[in-house]
Amino acid sequence: MSTHTESHSHGGPKIYTANLFALLFLTILTVAAASFNFGSANVVIALAIATVKATLVALFFMHLVWDKPVNSIIAIAGFLFLGIFLMFDFLDVTSRNVYPPRNMPPMQNATPVPDSMNPLKTPAPQPLTPAPAAEEHK
Amino acid sequence: MSTTTTDVHSHGDHGEHGEHNPYHQHHFTTMEQQFDTSKLGMWLFIVTEILLFGGLFVGFGLMQHQYPREFIEAHEHLKQNVFGKPFPLYGAINTIVLLVSSWTMVMGVNAAQTNQQKKTVRFLVATILLACVFLVIKYVEYSHKFADHLLPGMFYGHQAEDLIKGTHGYATFFAFYFMMTGLHGIHVLVGIGLLSWLVMRARRGDFTSEYYTPVDLVGLYWHVVDMIWIYLFPLYYLIS
Repeated sequence: MSTHTESHSHGGPKIYTANLFALLFLTILTVAAASFNFGSANVVIALAIATVKATLVALFFMHLVWDKPVNSIIAIAGFLFLGIFLMFDFLDVTSRNVYPPRNMPPMQNATPVPDSMNPLKTPAPQPLTPAPAAEEHK
Repeated sequence: MSTTTTDVHSHGDHGEHGEHNPYHQHHFTTMEQQFDTSKLGMWLFIVTEILLFGGLFVGFGLMQHQYPREFIEAHEHLKQNVFGKPFPLYGAINTIVLLVSSWTMVMGVNAAQTNQQKKTVRFLVATILLACVFLVIKYVEYSHKFADHLLPGMFYGHQAEDLIKGTHGYATFFAFYFMMTGLHGIHVLVGIGLLSWLVMRARRGDFTSEYYTPVDLVGLYWHVVDMIWIYLFPLYYLIS
């Protein structure tokens, strides 16, 4: 009986309590970090701290440190595919021009589309110029 | 125990310790194999949960990119209580409540693993109580939103001056807010149901160091609910 218990009950109250205090500390850190203005880095900082917290929960509260590795592989695979999903979506939205439908009424006081993304205010893309000829080499 | 003592002789070669646990199903060689199989299935379910919420997080990110100003203005309304007074700590308090409930949950699992039945029941009941505290705070937050018509999509009808202009972004923000915190709240409700079932079984003395699979799996579920809130909290309450 005792060998069976040991095979599952690594960890123990001390580690769990320490983990709780680490998580509470990181929560206070997130709130404190949000009160400063780091510009667009605020979101990155908040998500980085959240990821550290989620990792602590997964490793210790969800026993992944002591578990058979197959459970970790499944968990990591889930987050990996979520990461691919997120990455390609943000590559998409941050790199394309906005083409509103022609029949869409103008929105009142909505966030204006930045000029750099507005196809009506940016010059049409120039056709690629052929590579300079070899004799122009200085 | 009287039934299992007779089983010792008839099924002696099944169990690891020569004792046939009443929860040992025939198609598993050992209790440990049975436990690992259940746990593997639970982890697969957890991945589907991560992807379910992941889709919503991606949608939230896309819409925040489209309406950055409206999202920041709308999130200021999450800091108000039902009397319209600013109280910026709902999100933070709920985070702490859920983190502590995760701790009581894991302590409950630990107590079940080490045959401490009374302790198991106590920690599970504490987890249920903290889940209820979470939902009460959520109720206070929601009632302020309902009172001010800060509602999703076509139901949005806030009349205050600061939000009356350009309602597209605000309506979208509250659509995501209610969808994501609502779906998370439903998970908390389901968790309360599962925990109540565990308390019933733990009081009956079902769980031993040999068999505590349900406690462990509900624990995993509860930690996922906590983990989702860990991401919801900074994105909704702390964006600036």
